[in-house]
Amino acid sequence: MTYDYDKTIFELSAEGKQGYRLPPVDGRQGGGRQDAAPTNAPDTLRNVGAACSRPPEIPVIPESLRRAVPPLLPQVSEPEAVRHFTRLSQKNYGVDGGFYPLGSCTMKYNPKVNEEVCALPGFAGLHPYQPAETAQGALQLLHELGEAFCAITGMDEFSLQPAAGAHGELAGLMIIKNYHASRGEGHRKTIIVPDSSHGTNPASAAEAGYHIVQIDSNADGTVCLAALETALADGDIAGLMLTNPNTLGLFEKDILKIAELVHAAGGLLYYDGANLNAILGEARPGDMGFDVMHINTHKTFSTPHGGGGPGAGPIGVKAHLSEFLPTPRVVKDGDAYRFEDVGPNSIGKLRGYFGSFGVLARAWTYIRTMGAAGMKEVSEAAVLNANYMKEALKGPYKLPYDHVCMHEFVLDGLADAAEGVKTVDVAKRLIELGYHPPTIYFPLIVHNALMIEPTETESKETLDAFLAAMRQIADEAAKTPEVLTAAPGNTPVTRVDELRAAKTPKLKWEEVS
Amino acid sequence: MNPYIPTTANDRAEMLRAIGLESAAALFADIPAEIRLADGLALDAPKSEYEVLAEASARAAKNRPAAQMPCFLGAGVYDRLVPAAVRPLTQRQEFLTAYTPYQPEISQGTLQAIFEFQTLVCSLFGMDVANASMYDGPSACAEAALMAVRHTGRRALLVSALLHPEARAAVDAYAQFNGIDIVTLPEKDGITDKDAAVSALLNNENVAGVLIQAPNFLGVVEDLRPFAEACHAAKGLLLSYTADPAALALFESPGAMGADIAVGEGQSFGIGMGFGGPHLGLMAAKQPLMRKLPGRIVGETVDTRGRRAYVLTLQAREQHIRREKATSNICSNQGLNALTMTIHLSLLGGSGLREVAEQSYAKAHFLRDRLAELGFAPRTDAPFFDEFAVRLPVETALTADALNAKLLEKSFLGGYALGEKEWLVAVTEKRTRAEMDAFVCAIKEALS
Repeated sequence: MTYDYDKTIFELSAEGKQGYRLPPVDGRQGGGRQDAAPTNAPDTLRNVGAACSRPPEIPVIPESLRRAVPPLLPQVSEPEAVRHFTRLSQKNYGVDGGFYPLGSCTMKYNPKVNEEVCALPGFAGLHPYQPAETAQGALQLLHELGEAFCAITGMDEFSLQPAAGAHGELAGLMIIKNYHASRGEGHRKTIIVPDSSHGTNPASAAEAGYHIVQIDSNADGTVCLAALETALADGDIAGLMLTNPNTLGLFEKDILKIAELVHAAGGLLYYDGANLNAILGEARPGDMGFDVMHINTHKTFSTPHGGGGPGAGPIGVKAHLSEFLPTPRVVKDGDAYRFEDVGPNSIGKLRGYFGSFGVLARAWTYIRTMGAAGMKEVSEAAVLNANYMKEALKGPYKLPYDHVCMHEFVLDGLADAAEGVKTVDVAKRLIELGYHPPTIYFPLIVHNALMIEPTETESKETLDAFLAAMRQIADEAAKTPEVLTAAPGNTPVTRVDELRAAKTPKLKWEEVS
Repeated sequence: MNPYIPTTANDRAEMLRAIGLESAAALFADIPAEIRLADGLALDAPKSEYEVLAEASARAAKNRPAAQMPCFLGAGVYDRLVPAAVRPLTQRQEFLTAYTPYQPEISQGTLQAIFEFQTLVCSLFGMDVANASMYDGPSACAEAALMAVRHTGRRALLVSALLHPEARAAVDAYAQFNGIDIVTLPEKDGITDKDAAVSALLNNENVAGVLIQAPNFLGVVEDLRPFAEACHAAKGLLLSYTADPAALALFESPGAMGADIAVGEGQSFGIGMGFGGPHLGLMAAKQPLMRKLPGRIVGETVDTRGRRAYVLTLQAREQHIRREKATSNICSNQGLNALTMTIHLSLLGGSGLREVAEQSYAKAHFLRDRLAELGFAPRTDAPFFDEFAVRLPVETALTADALNAKLLEKSFLGGYALGEKEWLVAVTEKRTRAEMDAFVCAIKEALS
């Protein structure tokens, strides 16, 4: 029996422990005024001015503003804190540890050099309000990154401000709104999204104050042009949000026609960059007719997901939308860089400062490492890997859209399974066999969806082993279904009671009295 | 060979054969010819790791980072001490390279850390429920505004003139696109004018709530109680913003003073200044608002064997389930930075955080007195935490910017210029007596 360091940090706590020692206040030995402490408590701060000829007046905090009950924080030593969080980490599954074919999320390897660059003291220690002349290297990096994104996507200008993909969507939709308003077409209040779109698309449109119209996909999984035309005929269409390749992993072949229809109706075309990894160096959203787009650096550009962020969601626009970008922008005058206000038509600021610099520095590093040739290698390997897996799995699993796919593909569950075996059981058995499962039950138009995205950073050996596991599971699903429905049994916890969590929410630790 | 792509030429040939295609180009046949890139991207050639590191280091070397100077600049971003144990733990690949914890069986590490984070946020703010984080403080303010509007069905928000300008900008942008009226509550002697809030609430029944920063942008500690009373009498919500929650070790929590929604910025807790991001948005609320919260929330439950387990919960609020009817569009949040704060505060503990706050408080008050001796008059006598606003001495012709420039020559990062003649100075626990003495000397020289 070992001591249970995985209980909550609050349960590990004991008075008298502390995991970090602050430097003593200067003059500590000199002694200070007894009444100088703000809370009439410790000695340390009375000594701040002790060496001073005139002891400072350090006023007591007025009773009405003083905290009555101190916040509940754990008291643990450094080794105990380290052991606790190390134990927690061991209950996680990361890309470094294994294959993570999570569709739509592009869980590629996160290069180590990226971490080194963003931690350079010359970057990490910058205050956002320090003068521009003391942050020229950082501004240069941002400027270079914006230009690289333009080259990769075919857009004319990027703002690196948005904090994540959904935040970029919100910014892009606000830009579309300001564009229409600037032309006296403020009546355009509807955004069209396909039924296969990411949930963030309609949610972002709603948060930007739009109505949403959802259009059905064709039998082949792509945008139905007739449905699009019907929706566009409405007259108040602001734009269409599209992922290309779409969430089924299929390239929207009619993209030029789609762009033409949307533009003819006075709308703008928004590109959800979640699937950009598929087309790096092969095609560019800007050339397809998209007016505004976002990038998920934590997908395409190898910045780590961090268990749910922080990411970054830069947005790119064509020149006619530059005046609406978030403010400020980074400009280059000769050899000097500075921030410049975007002007009165800017959508403003959607967060503090200029962007998630630490994340952007990692993306910059990745792009410089890969170069033009590397980008093309990425999409080729990612797409080849996906097709190789799709072909191998289309027997034991249902493949609703049997076509050359791009970087990912969607299966519609098992071809042959005993009653009661569901897609979720396949996922849980994969966990037991050492894999992170694919995305399940998305896109919504495929009911038993298993959405598989291998990325380019996985070896053929890994793919083959995963395919063998998938075949084994399909076999078990028919013959020994209880193996699937009981899985996983070798993980820190087995399946959890989600209903209980939602019905009687316990959302923080509380002392049992 | 690209170091990140394991596929060999042999692999490629074999895989193409397996899928019955002649060449990799055939994989992209669905892309119309007129948009296929013929000449590749206009980027540089690939570079070695060593070359890229050299380029990055050259850029970093052009900067003069605040963290390497005595830094008296705060204004929402603070130069604080960070225990060495924080980074090695947050760099552990199991945390760093994991996705959002959708599969609880292999995500208990992230899930439990978020559960502990939610507990810390609730405790600091004196609130009942917290979410798993927002992007940063300013965007959390904006989401809080939307939440208040959604909850009350009213479409105006009173916002203190002493809200951080970055937060105000984000609130304005979100509000503008959602048809929400923002009414500014004026300043009165360094704090938000309570009478203005009361009369605005009495005269406008469309007010969803009041948003007050405490300590406010001038560093002054606001008493939220009168605002809470006025809001609640008008059936509106009080929204509080804490730009530096280190203050909450000493000062009363927003929850205890009546806030219904408390948002904040967690940068002070182990997250470097990082040129403004990524930082950490904090959001908590009172129990009745639980299901109105945006973003992810972790709850405790049990597994099939009855063991304690954690899972993402109340997901019916979220975009991947509710699409356009979700409480927010937020998906990726600041998971790793929430972990950073959790580790940081675990190392400090209650006693350590209290010492951080007390040292900051004492040092800031000491420096303000020293500056007063030089003729810098406090802008207000109201109580403050570790940041204060002063007017430059009347006899100097220098502006705050000019003073900062002179101080920079001596490698000090001076305060935030509030205007030509006003200066906002921050003093954290990291500043030493020697640095403050040298800073005062440098100011004396600059003025003479």
